[in-house]
Amino acid sequence: MGVSTPQLALQTRGLCKEFRGFRAVSSVDLDVHEGSIHALVGPNGAGKTTLFNLLSGFLSVSEGSIELFGRDITGLAPERIAHLGVARSFQITSLFEHLTPLEHVELALQGMTRDGYRFWRSDRSLRRFRARADELIEEVGLAALADRPAGVLAYGQKRALEMALVAALNPKVLLLDEPTAGMGVEDVDRTIELVRRISQGRTVVFVDHNMHVVGSLADRVTVLQSGAVLAEGTYDEVRRDERVVTAYLGEADHA
Amino acid sequence: MSNDVTSGATAHLDLPTDDVHVSATTPRRSGLRWLLLAAGLVVALALPWFIYPPIAMDIACWALFAISLDILLGYCGLLSFGHAAFWGGSAYCTGLVAVHYGVPFPVAVLAGMLFAMLIAVPIGYLSVRATGIYFAMVTLAFAQMIYFIANQWRDVTGGENGLQAVPKSFFGIELVETESFYFYYAALPMILLGMWAAWRIVHSPFGRVLVAIRDNAPRARALGYDVETYKVVAFVLSAGLAGLAGGLFAISHGFVSLQEVNWTTSGKVVLMAVLGGIGTLWGGVVGAGFIVVLEDYMASSGFEGIGIVTGSVFVVVVLLFRRGIWGTLAHHLGRRRQAGTRD
Repeated sequence: MGVSTPQLALQTRGLCKEFRGFRAVSSVDLDVHEGSIHALVGPNGAGKTTLFNLLSGFLSVSEGSIELFGRDITGLAPERIAHLGVARSFQITSLFEHLTPLEHVELALQGMTRDGYRFWRSDRSLRRFRARADELIEEVGLAALADRPAGVLAYGQKRALEMALVAALNPKVLLLDEPTAGMGVEDVDRTIELVRRISQGRTVVFVDHNMHVVGSLADRVTVLQSGAVLAEGTYDEVRRDERVVTAYLGEADHA
Repeated sequence: MSNDVTSGATAHLDLPTDDVHVSATTPRRSGLRWLLLAAGLVVALALPWFIYPPIAMDIACWALFAISLDILLGYCGLLSFGHAAFWGGSAYCTGLVAVHYGVPFPVAVLAGMLFAMLIAVPIGYLSVRATGIYFAMVTLAFAQMIYFIANQWRDVTGGENGLQAVPKSFFGIELVETESFYFYYAALPMILLGMWAAWRIVHSPFGRVLVAIRDNAPRARALGYDVETYKVVAFVLSAGLAGLAGGLFAISHGFVSLQEVNWTTSGKVVLMAVLGGIGTLWGGVVGAGFIVVLEDYMASSGFEGIGIVTGSVFVVVVLLFRRGIWGTLAHHLGRRRQAGTRD
């Protein structure tokens, strides 16, 4: 079935994840159309991050299937899924604190080759990625900090570096786990702009609690509650859905 | 404490995170580096003039052994507590080849090194899926199996008596074959070559990936790196260098004792690497020099409680100087220089 609908970038059928009897994700059917920006929203504990970890291979699937452009990727290792064109960012900033932003992006660019095994070469050979790495660092606004260890970067800068890493993989599908978590208003708008730019010609699935971000980026919104899909549609459709209003958005709108 | 870990799988060693010398693109202070390298070479060449040559050879072997461990511990965050398997495994293989075939000792050592890498493939493959203390335990368990085999297989290994009369054949050059002073200079190039290889590995694209895996394995995975395979390759390379060191040690001593595959040998090399400072390579050299000289001094003065002294030194260093001897020195030197350039 998936093969006959190539316009779907990601498709899950009956996806379940159980942790010792607790159903974190329960029979989720998700259709992400190619080229769309798809938001996953829902209250804390709704299973958004678990779903992300299933899609990117970081958690094993208990039941159901995941297809990427019609190809079954259920049960593949995270690095295999990355090689198939799915890049993910992490909710909690997740970097290599001893490496500089430039070294991060070089590593990400090298990650799509097999050159990482060359233990007999000088690490200067990584410089062939330098031009592209400089571009990406520039694009996320870290040019001035390209040579500082990532451990000393400020929070917003770390988040920007995450975006550069994801973009460096030149993915077909981006999975962004709360790209604006913990950011001030100014950084949020910058990040929205950045996501929009990076998503050109790509498919994006993202999780965010900030309804301003969801409203301005998402073509489609899937609302999760207790691990199951509660509603799906455009942002406007979903925010008018009564079940959603009571479950989640209502609280946010009146807050 | 400062590692953001997104899955429990990376529970690993708590490395001092504020030194950044591992960073590869920050300009290496090349002047100082070359000076250090030159000083190290001078010390290596002059050593048997000042120290009883077999002890000088011991220092060189243990230094390479500690460096091999540091590739895993300092650059990959993996504490191997079973490296005696590769040091000792190679020592036996080298000794057997030398005894039975009478080949020049570098050939025998090379055979031992290859043997160490060979047994490291399955051991590494089965160990790297565990992290932190579990990795240490699994490697220890495998090393104990090697010990058991060496102890039981008497016909080949000599069991508790060890493997006796290992010759130092060297193309019929008698000075090298009989005098430890000249043997040192014949063996030193292999040690230096091994150290150079370690440096090359650490400062290669592969080394960069190792540091990334050490800092944040799930993130490295998300960038497309097959973390387990990288760890296995690092493990096998490390075992090869440990084997090179162990083989030379066996030739130098002229016999192989069961001690070489004992767990205390695994512990001793960890002690040296940590004492010197992990993640620096130089630390292994300093730690090995310190321990070997200390043990020799105490043994020759008839002192029995060597373990008490080295243990106490270890505790003090771990509590007060977490970067180890070399790491602490380099850190303060780096800070002074930084302060100097700011003025």
